[in-house]
Order: sequence, then C-alpha cells, then structure tokens
Amino acid sequence: MQDLGINVIFEGSNLLRLLIGLWVTMRIAIVAIAISVVFGIAFGIVMTVKNTFVQIVARLYLEAVRIIPILVWLFLFYFGLTKVLHIHLGAEVVSVIVFSLWGIAEMGDIVRGAITSLPAHQRASGRALGLTDLQIYRYIIIPQAVRRLIPAAINLATRMIKTTSLVVLIGVVEVLKVGQQIIEVSILKTPSASFWVYACIFALYFIICYPISLWSKKLELKWQNQ
Amino acid sequence: MSQKTQEKLLEIMNLKKQYDDVETLKDISLDVHKGEVVVVLGPSGCGKSTLLRCLNGLEEIQGGQIKLNGEVINADKTKWHLIRQKIGMVFQSYDLFPHMSIIENILLGPTKAQGRDKTEVLAQAEKLLTRVGLLDKKDAYPRQLSGGQKQRVAIVRALCMNPEIMLFDEVTASLDPEMVREVLDVMLELAKQGMTMVIVTHEMAFAKAVADRIVFIDEGQIAEIAKPQDFFNAPTTERAKRFLNIFKFNEESER
Amino acid sequence: MDFDFIVKSIPLYVKAAEVTLELSFWGILLSLIIGFICSLVIYYKVKLLAQVVQIYIELSRNTPLLIQLFFLYYGFAKIGIKFEAYSCAIFGLAFLGGSYMAEAFRSGLEAVSKIQIETGLSVGLNRWQLMRYIILPQAFSVAIPAIGANAIFLLKETSVVSAIALADLMFVAKDLIGMYYKTTEALTMLVVAYLIILLPISLLLTFIERKVRHAGFGN
Repeated sequence: MQDLGINVIFEGSNLLRLLIGLWVTMRIAIVAIAISVVFGIAFGIVMTVKNTFVQIVARLYLEAVRIIPILVWLFLFYFGLTKVLHIHLGAEVVSVIVFSLWGIAEMGDIVRGAITSLPAHQRASGRALGLTDLQIYRYIIIPQAVRRLIPAAINLATRMIKTTSLVVLIGVVEVLKVGQQIIEVSILKTPSASFWVYACIFALYFIICYPISLWSKKLELKWQNQ
Repeated sequence: MSQKTQEKLLEIMNLKKQYDDVETLKDISLDVHKGEVVVVLGPSGCGKSTLLRCLNGLEEIQGGQIKLNGEVINADKTKWHLIRQKIGMVFQSYDLFPHMSIIENILLGPTKAQGRDKTEVLAQAEKLLTRVGLLDKKDAYPRQLSGGQKQRVAIVRALCMNPEIMLFDEVTASLDPEMVREVLDVMLELAKQGMTMVIVTHEMAFAKAVADRIVFIDEGQIAEIAKPQDFFNAPTTERAKRFLNIFKFNEESER
Repeated sequence: MDFDFIVKSIPLYVKAAEVTLELSFWGILLSLIIGFICSLVIYYKVKLLAQVVQIYIELSRNTPLLIQLFFLYYGFAKIGIKFEAYSCAIFGLAFLGGSYMAEAFRSGLEAVSKIQIETGLSVGLNRWQLMRYIILPQAFSVAIPAIGANAIFLLKETSVVSAIALADLMFVAKDLIGMYYKTTEALTMLVVAYLIILLPISLLLTFIERKVRHAGFGN
C-alpha cells in the first residue's frame, strides 16, 4: 500500500512533539493574557481619569503599540533592547513582554470603552439614590461594563493566541519550528510531509481558537438580548 | 365629499393572513371605488396595519384575492415592484432615505423604478413640494427636517409616482401633536382632488371629516362598514360602541 | 548610530517599502472583493454557498496568517500546487482579509433597517435597484470605519511575509542585522519606514471615521 502522507503526523512521537511545541506558544499567550487582564483593567480605569496629561500619555502608549506591527515590536525588543541595554533576554521572555504590552494597551482600551459608553444618567441616577462613588462603581458601572467588555476581551485573547505564532521568527522553538524539524527528517520517506504537518498545525490552531470565538459570540448574543 | 364613482379600483376578497398560528386577518372582503376615501378604524392590534401591508405586497397572504383594476395581484408570479408603482404607501415612521436629499428621495422611484424623464419628474416634484410648502427644503437632507415636514415629503414622494391609490398607515402616530395638523391638511387636500385613499388612523375628527366610508375592524374581521356620520353617531355593533366610548372618555378627560 | 550606514541603506528600504505596499494593495483589494461577495452570499442566505462561506470565514479568522502562509507556500507545493512567494503572499493576505472584510460589510448590511427596505420596495424598486440605491449606500457608510481598520490591520500583517522569503521591510531589516550587525540602525529605519507608511493612513482614517460617525448625511 502506498504510504499515506498523513501518517507522518502519527509516526513515533511526532504528534506529541507538535503538541509540546504548541504548548510553548500557548504558555506565552496564557501568561501574556493573564498579565494583560490584570494590568489592562487598571490601565483602562486610568484612561478614564479626567487629566489631560494622563490621557495624552495613555493615548500615546496605546497608539504606539497599535501602529507598529507586533513582529516589529518583537524584533525591537529581542534584537534592539538587548543591544542598547546590554542585557540578554531569552526569546520567550521577550515574547511575554511584547505580548503583555500589546495586551495591556488593547485591554485598557476595551475597558475604557466599556466604562465610557455607559450613559451618564446611569451615574446620575446612582447619585440620586445617595450612593457613594465607590458604590456607584460596585453596583452600577462594573456589572454593566463587564457585560460590554467580556466578549471583546475574549476576542482579544484569540487574537493574542493567533499572533503568538510569530515568536518562531525570533527563534522560539515552538510548533512551527518542531514541524519544520519533523518535515526535514521525514521528507525522503514521505514527500508530502510538509503538506500534512502544516495542515495539522493549521488545524491545531483552529481547534483552539474556534471554540473561544464561538464562546465570545454566544456571550455577546446573550447579553445583547437582555 | 369626493367624486366617488361606481368603478371598483381595489377589490379584496376573503383575505386571510396568518403569523405562525395566529390569524391576524380572518376573512376580509372590501371594495374600494375610484375616488373613494376609506378610513380603517379599530383598536390597536386589530390587524388594520397588516391589511395595508398586505395590499402592498409587504406581507404574504394565506388566502383570498386582491384585485387592482380587475387584475389579480397576489398571484405567485406577481411582479410586485410594478404593482407598487401604482400603489403609493406612506408609513408611520418617517421613513425617508437618510443618505439622499429631499429631491433625490422624491426622484428615486419615478426615475429609477419607472424610468421616467428626469426633467419632467423634477417639474412635477417641485410643483408638489410647493403645494405642501416645502420647496425651499428640496436640497436639504431628511435629518434637517421636522417630523411633520418629513411626513409631508414622504407623501409627495409617493404622489410623484402618479399612483392610482394611496395607502396611509398611521402617518401621524409618531408626530408631535403640533405637527399632526399640517400632515392631515395635505391628506384632506388630496381627498378633495379625488385621490383614492385607504387610511389607517387614530385621529377621529379627521376620520369623520375625510372619509366616504368608515371600515371598523376588530380581531381580524370587519365588524362594521358605515358612512362616517352613521358610524360616529349611531354605531350598530357593540364592539364599535365600546371602541368609540374610549375616545369619548379621552375627549372628556382632556377638557 | 552610524548615519552613513543609514543613508546608504535608504534605497534598500525604499525598495522594500514598495514590496510591502504592493503586497498590501493587492491583498486589500482582493480582500475587499472576496469580503463583499461573501457578505452578499450571507445576507441573501444563498443555499449551500452561505454554509461554505461561513466555514471559510471561521477557518480564516481562527488561524494565524503565518500558519496560513506556510501551509499555502510549503504545504501545497508538495502536493503539486506551487505558488510563487509573491502570489502566495497576496493570496494569503486575501484569504485572511476576505473574512474580516466580509464581517465589516455584513454588519453594514444588517444595519440597514427593515423599514428602509420596505420603503424602498413601496416606491416600486426591484431587488437590484433596492440593493443599488438603498441598501449598499447605507451599508457602506456604516462599514467604512471597520473597512479602514481592516485595511490597516492587513498592511501591518504583511510584515509576516518575510517568513516566506519575500524582500519586504521586515526582511531587509533582518538582512542588515544579520550581515552587518547594525542592529540599532536597521531597527530604527524599520520603525521609521512603518511610521511613514502607517501614520498618514491611520490619521486619514480617524478623520474619515469621525466624519462618518458625527456628521452622517446632510452636514
């Protein structure tokens, strides 16, 4: 029987190796997402502060992160920072830093949007009931803002997971690199190895991201109809 | 009041309309003669708006027949966009196209759908706008107009298609009270000129003034058809009496 | 900083910027076409085709461009479908961007209210005229901010194509670092190049978006 190319995935420990490679990018994504959520919420609240200086600095940070492609940021931190500061950072650490900086900026903007999009009369009616500012936040603003921001935050998470695939380009050994290694080894025996390996990686990303996007869409629908 | 003829323009026979399992219109039969003004009254949710929407092909009907000039128009292969060029309709919400100026709103149907000559339509549109007192607004956009002005434009837009019949679906219901009059005046004027009209409204005094016949619909059926003076002074059905009492109470309480 | 080096490398960057811009142009153009067609298929609920489009959108949106490119470029080559790196990059960008543009158009189409459509019908327009004069103009004005954001997103995503050996900005910077160890200079130029391209576009879009959002029609 002719060798089916797809077997290359299941040969030896290949699939396991791919999964371990995927875990490397996931690890980066998960750590960066966790940092982004915590500091992003703080950054978002800071952005709603009515202080011109604070707003300008926050805006500059956000726009700077946004306008330059993430891959360029990775290069700047990995090659540039090490040279300027004479410190050596591992590719994985650099990745976590860059993705966190990006995530904090985007998460902050989502939080800011969720807070400021609440109609002013919500605050006013809170005050009319005699609530303190803290109570207004606790009982009126946060519960409503959370519903607006969670679907967007989940969306950001899938974007971060997808974008961590770039870390291979600054030398992190992750799923794509492992895939290339597998292809090199098996190319003679299985000429179509690269098709199946890349198809497998494509599928792996889809399997991770699709359920998350479905979830965010579901939440969005649910809260829209309430 | 108007020059009603015996010629049947619109014939509705045993019309049935269902939403899922709910029968909104049970068995409606009604003829509208050329030049006649029929006002449809009834409690909210009775199906009177649905009836108008059926006449314009915006709702599918489950039974019965609708004829315009003796021609069946509810067949499967009906080219509704051609029929609708003969039936003008004005809705409750001010439904001008927000991305077009007033004059573009009016010209769209006649020039694009009917393929008429632009200069000819433009002349007609300007004449109609003058008649409703809005010629100076012809290059404005809908958002710059008040509700009453928008509704008058919507009427002009429908008229400019030279329809054989006009349908009005509660056109004053979303207007501020002080703007109701300007729209009703336009409609009264149209009636005087002999336009065939079917009007759904809650304005009782207006209904009395404009109608040749009142059609009272309740729970998806025609409960009573009468001349306005008969209907308002001596309704024959219990349901119509109850309906009119509500309005009497409103008038009394307003005093 | 070695300014002589920077001056000498300017032509390289200009050429690379041309590659980046060219790829973006074709990628965005194709994305718009694909997205527009897909959004119409979904809007009109075309049988079967709507499901296919939905699957495409999910596949495209839930996988990274880098993996899509590798799959297209190295994967498909081995089963007999060979792309040039250049067309592969454009195709990859279009595959990714098409779904994003489809979503932008779709939300625009869905924003056109039922009453507007009924009113269009009531002045006697047929389906095609309704699309042409009522639905599309209104949908476009709603979709413009999202379309602009997607265009910038795609422009930035082109930085990934260096991975399949295309000599874009990223590639040149990497090259200069590798060959001459002029890390600071190469990276500074890279950032400057992207800023020169992206800043005006992004400012223009903010301007357009503000105009669309705050003015609407008639101001």
